[in-house]
Amino acid sequence: MTDTKAVRFNALWLCLVGTLVLTLIVSLSVGRYSVPVEHVLGILLSKVLPMEAVWTSTEQRVVELIRLPRILLAAVCGAGLAVAGAALQGIFRNPLVGPQILGVTSGAAFGGALAILLSESATMLIGLAFLFGLSAMGIVYILSMTRGRSQTLVLVLSGIVVSALFTALVSLVKFVADPDDKLPAIVFWLMGSFAAASNAKLYFVAPVIVGGSILVYALRFRINVLSLGDEEARSLGIHVEVIRWTVFCAVALVSSAVVAAAGIVGWVGLVIPHIARFFTGPDHSRLIPAAALIGAIYLVIVDDVARTVAPAEIPIGILTALIGAPVFALLLRRAYTAWTRD
Amino acid sequence: MTETIIEASALGFRYGSRWIFRHHSFSIERGRVIAVLGPNGRGKTTLIKTIVGLLSPTEGKAIVRGTIGYVPQSAGSAFSYSVLDMVVMGRARHVRMFSTPSSTDFNKAKRALEELNIGHLAQRPFDTLSGGERQLTLIARALASDCEILVLDEPASALDFKNQDTILRTLQRVRDERKITVILTTHYPQHALFLADDSLLMFSASHFSFGPCQTSLTEEQLSALYGMPFAAIPVPDGKTQMIAPLFGL
Repeated sequence: MTDTKAVRFNALWLCLVGTLVLTLIVSLSVGRYSVPVEHVLGILLSKVLPMEAVWTSTEQRVVELIRLPRILLAAVCGAGLAVAGAALQGIFRNPLVGPQILGVTSGAAFGGALAILLSESATMLIGLAFLFGLSAMGIVYILSMTRGRSQTLVLVLSGIVVSALFTALVSLVKFVADPDDKLPAIVFWLMGSFAAASNAKLYFVAPVIVGGSILVYALRFRINVLSLGDEEARSLGIHVEVIRWTVFCAVALVSSAVVAAAGIVGWVGLVIPHIARFFTGPDHSRLIPAAALIGAIYLVIVDDVARTVAPAEIPIGILTALIGAPVFALLLRRAYTAWTRD
Repeated sequence: MTETIIEASALGFRYGSRWIFRHHSFSIERGRVIAVLGPNGRGKTTLIKTIVGLLSPTEGKAIVRGTIGYVPQSAGSAFSYSVLDMVVMGRARHVRMFSTPSSTDFNKAKRALEELNIGHLAQRPFDTLSGGERQLTLIARALASDCEILVLDEPASALDFKNQDTILRTLQRVRDERKITVILTTHYPQHALFLADDSLLMFSASHFSFGPCQTSLTEEQLSALYGMPFAAIPVPDGKTQMIAPLFGL
């Protein structure tokens, strides 16, 4: 790597990390109950430095117990979704895929909806979302194993089949749900929201997302090789199936965790890797961390919008789709020439 | 000193009920260059993929006693990796699963680029290269793996004459310097005569011949192989002769 290139990337990392920190701090201050930025900084710093409290106890509670877990959860989910999307786009050699392609999101959505139908328990919701998200992955695996080797097309079709199956099951759950309380709860949950974030949720979900993302990052060179295509990767001495399913399992963990934490948050895994690739190029050693940082910044900002612009919270899934779809269309027009340059 | 590096015994491959080839037995000695010739669709690519291990033979087996570097007919990457990133992927088998290429790997990749005289392309995006440059990059990628056997699928088929010449000369030089075994498929008897020691002619699914180029690449054999007339034409330098297809006769 040439020196100018190294300098350019160091500047990029500095820029992205700086933006993320700034976004997190500003996000802690904005909201229906506004907290001045200097109070936010004081509350955060008082954890490590002895400081005199110039802020009110309400401000402290809002920042520490309500906003911090919510914002961190949004950041971790955004990062996880973007990493999952980047890895899948590399493995499928296709810019049009996102984490939803494996059917895991639908599986986890069914698990969550079922949990809401059956009980009020948040633990049950997280548990069932994981259970059915990973089951969906398992079914895709079984369906796509044709003669011991899974082909990309069979894999994508298996994902669509499993997705359709669980979407139907979600409809069934809605159909039998009590229209007065359960049905609206399920519908709102499916639209996605970080409003129910708590420290407990963060402690449970964040390690899974971070772990899955680290696993994907550890495989970054293997993902590069896989993005050349199965046959070329195999001829270069790579165990294609092993790597692919390891990445899929990591992605399944991340997607299930996001659904468990916040319901369905679409488009992040599809759009963010494109934006990241624009800055870093296709090498996954740089693409994956850049996607993680941009994903985190993006979802925190969108969540800020979700909780501030209207008197009532806007479901975040609606916003990510409203922003994601047109941005994706734009990127597609721009990138189309690059993708087909051959 | 002869040592068998590849030994195919009763090798056969079929798609569905159609045999692509069957009862192929031959052995390749270390350090030789083998050209595989045959009409389109006769199974040249299938044969070398079986040797490389990308396809499993339906019957028989191919014993390979060395590491293979494979150069596919074309590599279309969906992403525009730089030439250096592309070549360092040739080191994949030496890079542990959760690791990335070391500086040794990058140095080997750079050396392979220098060896093929394309060091200046290192930072260029692979998908902006010309056909000849792409082919050289893919050869560099195979060489970066420190392979003992270089297998190439029609390395010069889509190139103009100058580029064909470059690829052939490069392969000859690499072979002399690295003392590696080379197997290539080609449509041009001239390429085989220039580069190869032995040639494998695939006449039909069960009929093939394997032998030194000088004796097997004759007008009769090639006419039979392609079903059209060929003629030997002396080249003005007096040493070599050309075997050319006679189009339209």
